Amino acid sequence: MIGLGHFLVLGALLFCIGLYGALTKRNAVAVLMSIELMLNAVNINLVAFSRYLTPDYIAGQVFAVFTIIVAAAEVAVGLAIVIAIYRDRLSVELDDFDWLKW
Amino acid sequence: MIEFAMQKAWLIPFLPFLSFVLIGLITKRSEKLSAFISIACILTSFVLAILVAVGIFGAGEEFIEKSFEYSARWFSMPGLEISMGVKLDPVSSMMLFVVTLVASLVQIYSLGYMHGDPGFSRFFAYLSLFAASMLGLVIATNLLQMFVFWELVGLCSYLLIGYYYFKVSAREAAKKAFMTTRIGDFGMLLGILFLQIVFGTLNFTELAEIVPKYADYGITLGTLNLIAILLFIGPVGKSGQFPLHVWLPDAMEGPTPVSALIHAATMVVAGVYLVGRTLFLYKTATTAAEVVAYVGGFTAFFAATIALTQIEMKRILAYSTVSQLGYMIMALGVGSLTASMFQLFTHAFFKALMFLGAGSVLHAMHGKVNVWDFGGLRKKMPYTAWTFVIGGLAIAGIWPFAGFYSKDEILLEAFNTGHTGLFWLAVITAAMTAFYMWRMIFLTFFGEEKAENHPHESPFSMLLPLFVLAFLSVVGGWVALPEHGWGYYIRLGEHEAGHAPAWMIATATTAAVGGIALAAAMYWKKIISYEAVGKAAGPLYTLSFNKYFIDEFYLWINHTIVDGLGRLLYWVDIYVVDGIVNGLGFFTKEAGAVLRHTQTGRLQNYALILFAAVVVLVLYMYFKSPAAAMIVLGGGN
Repeated sequence: MIGLGHFLVLGALLFCIGLYGALTKRNAVAVLMSIELMLNAVNINLVAFSRYLTPDYIAGQVFAVFTIIVAAAEVAVGLAIVIAIYRDRLSVELDDFDWLKW
Repeated sequence: MIEFAMQKAWLIPFLPFLSFVLIGLITKRSEKLSAFISIACILTSFVLAILVAVGIFGAGEEFIEKSFEYSARWFSMPGLEISMGVKLDPVSSMMLFVVTLVASLVQIYSLGYMHGDPGFSRFFAYLSLFAASMLGLVIATNLLQMFVFWELVGLCSYLLIGYYYFKVSAREAAKKAFMTTRIGDFGMLLGILFLQIVFGTLNFTELAEIVPKYADYGITLGTLNLIAILLFIGPVGKSGQFPLHVWLPDAMEGPTPVSALIHAATMVVAGVYLVGRTLFLYKTATTAAEVVAYVGGFTAFFAATIALTQIEMKRILAYSTVSQLGYMIMALGVGSLTASMFQLFTHAFFKALMFLGAGSVLHAMHGKVNVWDFGGLRKKMPYTAWTFVIGGLAIAGIWPFAGFYSKDEILLEAFNTGHTGLFWLAVITAAMTAFYMWRMIFLTFFGEEKAENHPHESPFSMLLPLFVLAFLSVVGGWVALPEHGWGYYIRLGEHEAGHAPAWMIATATTAAVGGIALAAAMYWKKIISYEAVGKAAGPLYTLSFNKYFIDEFYLWINHTIVDGLGRLLYWVDIYVVDGIVNGLGFFTKEAGAVLRHTQTGRLQNYALILFAAVVVLVLYMYFKSPAAAMIVLGGGN
């Protein structure tokens, strides 16, 4: 029987994979994708909690929809920034984006 | 007219002040107009002062016990009520008369003396302001009003002593006068504050009533003595009493009419007047009164010993002023307002006379100041010489000149109050006064003429004040004759009249005549060799000639202690204060240099740190309070 614990473990795994990718990937697009993974891990948690703890209310699931929308907007903005930087630097490597240092 | 003058007595200081403003703002360019305005204003004040004096003295006893007083509120706050007003009584109306008279004569004299000076208008503006300040001080109803004008007088003396601002010595003398009197003013201000705090009023009339009941105000006699002595420090500075007398001899760096004004009527007698105004305080605080008496007596003696050997005409006169002020202060110390004010009254005449006479001599001698360079001037300058001789007789105290009466009054008071020591000190001082004055007169006006000098008599505008003052130096003392009742009018409180016994008059006259005779023998007839006397006196002569090295001593204090302290504080400033400030800057800079390495500019480093920080925070909260951590993590139940 698949229970709440399984979903939570899945979410945690997905989050860790996303975090690992966000912290280690060189490519800015890949980092954005990793962030998507983390957001989706949260979505899984939201939906799972909603389904198992408050089956009569769908607040958690609606909340997940909001997160998806915000994530979409974030990706749009993020990609736009990446493209803008690419035009300037001809690169999407995060190691090249170190202008903010001392 | 008299009623008008008394009701509008504030006009007396206001008119010279108006003239100061007018000259300063409008008529500065026109020398003649400026002088005219200035003299017209002071003469009007003089007329008003005479009317006031007639009104006060003519009213008999009315204003002796209760002064004619009115005032307007200046400002007030809870517990402090300060007003500006006019207080007319015999003392202040006498002062108004003296000050306006001497100021008028000095201004007329300045017409001739300052002729052709580039700062002519400025000079008259300052003279007017000086007179205005002093007159304001005289009519003050309370100590704060008096203090304001007191400071104005100090300011004017600074401006006028430093009138020749292009001369270094004049600038230095002006600064010295200002700072020395400032030391005194500080003590005085403390005394005033004390009085305000303890008694809640600064009005002379009110204070005179409540000070004798000091115990009701929760202070001891010791505290009252302290207050009185603090208050007395102001006059010590202003009236050139030892040890703050050092500025007065240097004050002669100003033009001579200014010296006459400072020494006779405006500046220095302010201190005497203040003590006279607050005499009720010293009547109660007897220890302070003793201090006052002995400071005065010592100053009189001390300054006279210095004057014995000085060689500059104005310097001799300056030390004689210090000495005479000592007399006045001593008279106040022994409790006699009458004697002190009488001496102030006569002294104003003969000292102004002698200073203006000295100015006339210096004017004729084109800048020579050493009395040894003069000689036989009576032939070329007869008027100056003979008026000066009258001044010399008056200050020596020869009958029937003014000084005779006033000096006897002081001697009598000192003796009657049991200050025998002070009495003999005063007698010796009188002998010395006669000696040094006549030494100067013999050296300047008698003896042989010197070929290299080409003296000439001064213009009429300079001689007129001399004549007037010479006349007053002769008759000024006669107001004390019993039929004029001076002692009756000028007294405050108990009657202070009384005749000096014959032996006292004889002693004083002997001292004066002896001094003059000795001076004649040494410097005129040359029977006694002054060189031999000087050698015989040895170190005493050196001490006197160098003014007891007091200036050098003060300079030494300045150089070693004040400058040493300055160096110490400079070190503290450089290494401690600056060290702290610079250290803060250095620390910030170095901390920045270290911490900037955390700013790698790498996005993922920042993200890692952020995440690690969250983990650390959560762990910290978990170990501190697991329940709170669970709430943060969202799983709490």
